[in-house]
Amino acid sequence: MTTTSPPTGIAEGRRLPRRRSGIDHRAAIAIFVGPFAVLYLLFYVIPIGYAVYQSLQTVERDGTFGEARQVFGGLVQYAAVFQNGEFWASVLRVLLFGVVQVPIMLGLALLFALLLDSPLLRGKKFFRLAFFAPYAVPGVIAAIMWGFLYSPSLSPFSAVTGSVAFLGADLVLWSIANIVTWVFVGYNMLIIYSALLAIPTEIYEAAKLDGANNWQVAWQVKIPLVTPAIILTAVFSIIGTLQLLAEPQTLRSFSTAINSTFTPNLAVYTTASVPNYSLAAAISVVLALATFVLSFVFLKVTQKRAFA
Amino acid sequence: MSTSTVPRRVQGVTPSNRSGPMRESLISRGAAMLIMGVFTLYFLIPIYWLLVSSTKSVGQFTTTAPLGFTPDAIPNFAANIGRLFSYNDGIFPKWIVNSVLYAGAGAFLGTVIAGMCGYALAKYTFRGREAVFNVVLSGVLVPATALALPLFLIFSEIELTNTFWAVFFPSVVSPFGVYLARIYASSSVPDELLEAARLDGSGELRTFFTVAVRLMAPALVTIFLFQFVAIWNNFFLPLIMLRDQTLFPVTLGLYAWNSSIGQNPELRSFVIIGALVSIVPLIIAFLSLQRFWSGGLAAGSVK
Repeated sequence: MTTTSPPTGIAEGRRLPRRRSGIDHRAAIAIFVGPFAVLYLLFYVIPIGYAVYQSLQTVERDGTFGEARQVFGGLVQYAAVFQNGEFWASVLRVLLFGVVQVPIMLGLALLFALLLDSPLLRGKKFFRLAFFAPYAVPGVIAAIMWGFLYSPSLSPFSAVTGSVAFLGADLVLWSIANIVTWVFVGYNMLIIYSALLAIPTEIYEAAKLDGANNWQVAWQVKIPLVTPAIILTAVFSIIGTLQLLAEPQTLRSFSTAINSTFTPNLAVYTTASVPNYSLAAAISVVLALATFVLSFVFLKVTQKRAFA
Repeated sequence: MSTSTVPRRVQGVTPSNRSGPMRESLISRGAAMLIMGVFTLYFLIPIYWLLVSSTKSVGQFTTTAPLGFTPDAIPNFAANIGRLFSYNDGIFPKWIVNSVLYAGAGAFLGTVIAGMCGYALAKYTFRGREAVFNVVLSGVLVPATALALPLFLIFSEIELTNTFWAVFFPSVVSPFGVYLARIYASSSVPDELLEAARLDGSGELRTFFTVAVRLMAPALVTIFLFQFVAIWNNFFLPLIMLRDQTLFPVTLGLYAWNSSIGQNPELRSFVIIGALVSIVPLIIAFLSLQRFWSGGLAAGSVK
């Protein structure tokens, strides 16, 4: 590793005055950071930039049968997105989904994590693995499995599924919510449980000496201390909800109640298949921005409450 | 914030309710076990049903008890696997190999790259370090699905859609991996050790690959596993990129089969057996490596 550039003066001050260390560091940093930076640029930054560019294009024709040309259209596509009733219906649908499903899922995850961390249970290792196992099932496969389990004729629970239309228009959103919950509760449980394990035991002992029972320790000591972990899981759940695609798309072969614009990403896929790339790109950009803003706002709000 | 690698607390040190009234403790124990028992059924019955269904012949699927094994379960299972792997010129094993390549090679490369970047962000001070980290962090908030269409547009511009690389390369980038590697490296790789290695004349790269990698192992295993799962489960990117069935990962292949059950009912048994075969590797990977990743998860969550 030789390079002609002079030693950098910005490395940490207490470094020993080694002969080549400054030079080495600059080269080493480039080698360590370079590959990720290049890939991140190629497959994150440039595609996003290109999607924004594409979303500003529009197709123009000379007369009805003239040759189609792509020209700069300004915010034409965005105007189309904001007037697109189906798109907004899909956004409202996933927001409703998130408002109900995320608290239920995280509530269950927190309950299981607290039980795993309490002295009440036997066989903790078994429960931990059994609850986590569904995380290894891809969304598509989970949707296929539950599709059969919901089916009125093929389900092992056909006594129930024969009379309740889990895949009908009224319930299908909540049937999807159940699939997502089934897959992700164990994962979120483990994140919260890991945070619980990181709390020093002395804190509990102090609380116990003060006469607190298990219930009070859970509410007043454990939950406040794992709030950062819960916030982390909440942010990832919000992002996941807005991006819902694999489960509804797969369930479409079991249910006629899921249309081609059921979720925002399904709308992107459908629009891109038309193909109307410019409009699809505009929807993608709006969705990515909405996701970013929502998770950012959530982080800010909860941080204020948690650390006020 | 914890700085230890694998936080362990001695079970039983927590003074249990020995002092409390015995009856109340029995009731809470019973309630806790009941809750966990009921939810164990909820989590495991669908997987159990998949296993049972994979051991049935096409005729038995609708005529026998859905949650009970039949006497000829084992020969049926072997026959089903044989039919699945030979159907349509062995397209299913091809999908499995594709998935292993996309997820295995992609996650390995991604982990090395994210590990190096996170290590550098934790252990070197350089201009623009925080800016780099913040750009990476905002990448964590950009979900993979939101990138699928933009990636498709870029790849169609250079006419590389419907290729292996169109799915492979975008999957290698893991901003969350960089985040986790940085958090973990800054708490588990001591500066003094790096100084000692330097005094011994070890180059920076060698120090990373011989000393730091070992200390960061729990985080690196975690990054690998979760990226492996993310790629294995990825649906939108291959859905939008690939037309050629022989390039499909197994999830997309099963999705395609499942969507055409209407025209070809024979596919139903293949979808069910294929679903079981495709989740077994992941469950085994998680169970056998769980010692490592539970420690790594803690590092990410206590930040």
